[in-house]
Amino acid sequence: MTDVCVVGAGPAGALVADRLAAAGRDVTILEAGPRFDETPDTERMERSIRPGHAPTEVWEMGGPRDAYSASGPDFYPLNVARVKGVGGTTNHWQGMVYRLHEADLSGENNPPSWPLSYDDLRPYYLEAERAFGVAGASDDPYAPPREEPHPLPAFPPSYSDSLFAEACESVGVTTHAAPNARNSEPYDDRAACVGYGTCKPVCASGAKYSADHTVRQAEAKGVDLVTQAPVQRLETDAAGERVTRAVYVRDGAQRTIEAEQFVLAAGGVEIPRLLLLSASDAHPDGLANSSGLVGRYFHDHLFAGMGGTLDEPTRQNHVGFITTESHQFYDDPGAGTGEIPARDGDLAPFKLEFLNYAGPSPVAMALREDAWGDELRDRLADAYGTHVAMGGLVGQPPLARNRITLDESRTDDHGNPVPDVVWEIDEKTRRTIERANEIQRAILEALGVDIEWTAGPEDTGPAYHHMGTTRMSRAPEAGVVRPDCRTHDVGNLWVASSSVFPNGGALNPTLTIGALALLCADSVDASL
Amino acid sequence: MRLTRRDALAALSGAGITLGGGVAALSRESVDASEAGPSLDDTLATLTAAAEVVYPSDVEGIEAFVEAYSLGRIEGRDEYLAGVHDATVALDETALSWEDARFAALAADRRDTVLRQLGVPTADEDPDGTRAERVRYYVVNELLYALYASPTGGELVGIENPQGHPGGVASYQRGPR
Ligand SMILES: Cc1cc2nc3c(=O)[nH]c(=O)nc-3n(C[C@H](O)[C@H](O)[C@H](O)COP(=O)(O)OP(=O)(O)OC[C@H]3O[C@@H](n4cnc5c(N)ncnc54)[C@H](O)[C@@H]3O)c2cc1C
Ligand code: SF4
Repeated sequence: MTDVCVVGAGPAGALVADRLAAAGRDVTILEAGPRFDETPDTERMERSIRPGHAPTEVWEMGGPRDAYSASGPDFYPLNVARVKGVGGTTNHWQGMVYRLHEADLSGENNPPSWPLSYDDLRPYYLEAERAFGVAGASDDPYAPPREEPHPLPAFPPSYSDSLFAEACESVGVTTHAAPNARNSEPYDDRAACVGYGTCKPVCASGAKYSADHTVRQAEAKGVDLVTQAPVQRLETDAAGERVTRAVYVRDGAQRTIEAEQFVLAAGGVEIPRLLLLSASDAHPDGLANSSGLVGRYFHDHLFAGMGGTLDEPTRQNHVGFITTESHQFYDDPGAGTGEIPARDGDLAPFKLEFLNYAGPSPVAMALREDAWGDELRDRLADAYGTHVAMGGLVGQPPLARNRITLDESRTDDHGNPVPDVVWEIDEKTRRTIERANEIQRAILEALGVDIEWTAGPEDTGPAYHHMGTTRMSRAPEAGVVRPDCRTHDVGNLWVASSSVFPNGGALNPTLTIGALALLCADSVDASL
Repeated sequence: MRLTRRDALAALSGAGITLGGGVAALSRESVDASEAGPSLDDTLATLTAAAEVVYPSDVEGIEAFVEAYSLGRIEGRDEYLAGVHDATVALDETALSWEDARFAALAADRRDTVLRQLGVPTADEDPDGTRAERVRYYVVNELLYALYASPTGGELVGIENPQGHPGGVASYQRGPR
C-alpha cells in the first residue's frame, strides 16, 4: 500500500506528488494518457504548423477515450481544451500566469468569496512561481502585493507593444509587463526561449514550462508513475467514510491500487465525472456529493478581442507569447478614463492583452494557399507585416445551471458514461465582453488601426479554463471541499484543481492551481 | 536571394535535426536509403525540379539547398522516405503518361502544368490522401516549409525569424529596418 495515490499528471498532480515525495512520502501517480517523449517536440511543432494535421493531433487528443457531449445551450469544444498525458494540458498551454486579486478572493469581482484570503495563498503563490519559472516584472500597479520579485526577469516589450504604449497613454490606459511561465534565461535545467514562435500548442525548446518537467523531478525523488492507466472509479469502505482503492485499467486489464490517502488531480471536467462515476450505496449521488454540488458551477473565462491593420510594419509572429497587458479595469470594469466613458451596471472582471502574433504567420499561410512561385511570395508579402490585435479575458460568474454531468446515453472506450458539458454564456459576461470591446476599440482607434475583426459577445469563445465543479467552502452544504482541499464528506480524499475555485476571477488559473496543489500537499502530509 | 547548404542546415535545425558533422557530413552516401523504391538520385532530382517551380524566381542555389534539406529529413526516417518515394513516383508516372518524360526531364512550365493538372494547388496536404494530396504533403508543402520556415525564405516576405525557426528573442523587440 502506498501512502498517497494521485490521479492525474498535469501541473496539479505533479506538484502534489513532488512535494509529498520531498517530505518522504510514498506516492504513486496514475495517469490516463501516455508519456509524450516518443515523438520529438520539433515534430509536434511541425504538426502544429502544417495543415495536414488536425490541432488535436499535436497532443493526440480525441477518439473513443475522449468522447464527450456538450448539450448546450452553448457548445463547449472540450477536446481542444485539454491534453491527456504526462504534463497534462500544460503541454499545450500558453503559459500566462497570474495571482488572483484580493477582490476575486473576497467575492467582490464575482461571487462567491473564497474561504481563503490572499495572505493564506501568498507563500504558495511564490513557491508555484518558482516551480514554473515565472518571468515577470513587479510593474503591474493593479496586481496584489508581492514580497519578492519573480524568479526570472520579464521578457522585454515587443516592438508592437511600443506602438500600443503610446496609443494607450493617449486614452488613459496603463500598460505593464505580462508574467510568463517561460524561461527568459536558462532556469531549473531548462533552456532559455529561442523564439520558435509556436508556444501554443508546443514549445520545442523546453523554455515554456510544462508539468512533465515537475513529473521528472518527482520521479527522481522516488514517485511511481503509471501511465496509460485511466482511473475508472474510487471505492470506499462500507460506511463510505474512506476511499480504500482506485480501480484503473492498464494493458486491457482492470487493476486496483490501495493507498492511505487519495488526491484527485484529473482536471476540472474529469474530477467531477470520476466522483459521479464512483456513486455507491453510501454515496448514492456520487462520491463526496452530499451537497449535490459536484459538477455544478462550471465556469470559464471568455475571450474578447479586436484587430486590424496599420499602414506601417508591426513585426508580428516572431514569438508566440504576450509581453504586455493592462489590468487597469480588472477590479473596476466600469471605470472611465479621461477619454473612455465610464459604464454603470453589473460587470465582471476582465483583463486586456496586446498580442505579438496578430495576423498570418507566413510559413503557415504558405502551406494553405492555392499558388506557388512568385505569386505565392507576393501574396505572403502582402498579407504579412501590418497586423495588430488585442485580446482579453472576461471572468464568467459561476452559475449552478452550468455543470458537468454524465451523459448516460453514450460511453467511452471503457464503457463509462461520457461527460456532458452543460454550458451557457450569461448576460453579465456578454455585457462585460462588450465593455472590453469598447476599450479595445478606443485604443485601436487611437493607434490608427483599420479595424477588421471583433470577437464580441456573439462570437466569443472559452479560454479552456475548467473551474468551479467541486467548489471550496467552509460549510459542507455549500461546497465539495474544505479550505484545505479535502472533501467535506470523505476523510482521505483531496482535490487539487481549478475545480475547487469558488470563482476564478478573470486571470488564467494555473498559477493558482499550482499554489493550491502545494497547499493541498501540506494538508495531505499533515494527515499522514 | 541565394540559398545555401547552410540555410538548409538552419531549416533542418528548426525541424529538430542537427547533424553532428555539419554541412560536410551531408552527402548522398551518408544517407542510408532503403534498397526498395527509386534511387536517391532520382528522388532528389524530382524534388529539386519541383522546387524550381514552387520557389520564387528570385531564389538561387536551389539544388544544393534541396539536396541538403531532403537528405537531412530522410536520414533515419524510413516511413517519411517511403512517403517521399511514393509521391515522387506518382509525379513521374503522371509526367510520363501526359508528357512522355519523367518529371525532372520536363521544362519548368511543363512541370508547373503537370502539378496543376494533378490538382495540387487546391489539394489539402494529407500524407494518406489522394495522389494530389500526397504530392502536396511530401513534395510541394515539404519544400515550402523548408523555405518559409528558414530565415532566408522568411526574409523574402518580411520576417527574418519565422515560426518554426529558433531565431532568438531579439528580433521581436526590433523595429523595422
Ligand atoms: C490552449 C490552452 C491554453 C491555455 N493557456 C493557459 C495559460 O496561458 N495560462 C493558464 O494559467 N492556463 C492555461 N490553460 C489552462 C491550463 O492548461 C490548465 O489550467 C492546467 O493544465 C490544469 O492543470 P491540471 O493539472 O488541473 O489538469 P490537466 O493539466 O488537464 O491534467 C490532468 C491530467 O489528468 C489526467 N486524467 C484525467 N482523467 C483521468 C483519470 N480518470 N485517470 C487518470 N488520469 C486522468 C489527464 O490525462 C491529464 O494528464 C490553457 C489551456 C489550453 C487548452
Ligand atoms: S517562443 Fe515559445 S515556443 Fe519558442 S522557444 Fe520561446 S517559449 Fe518556446
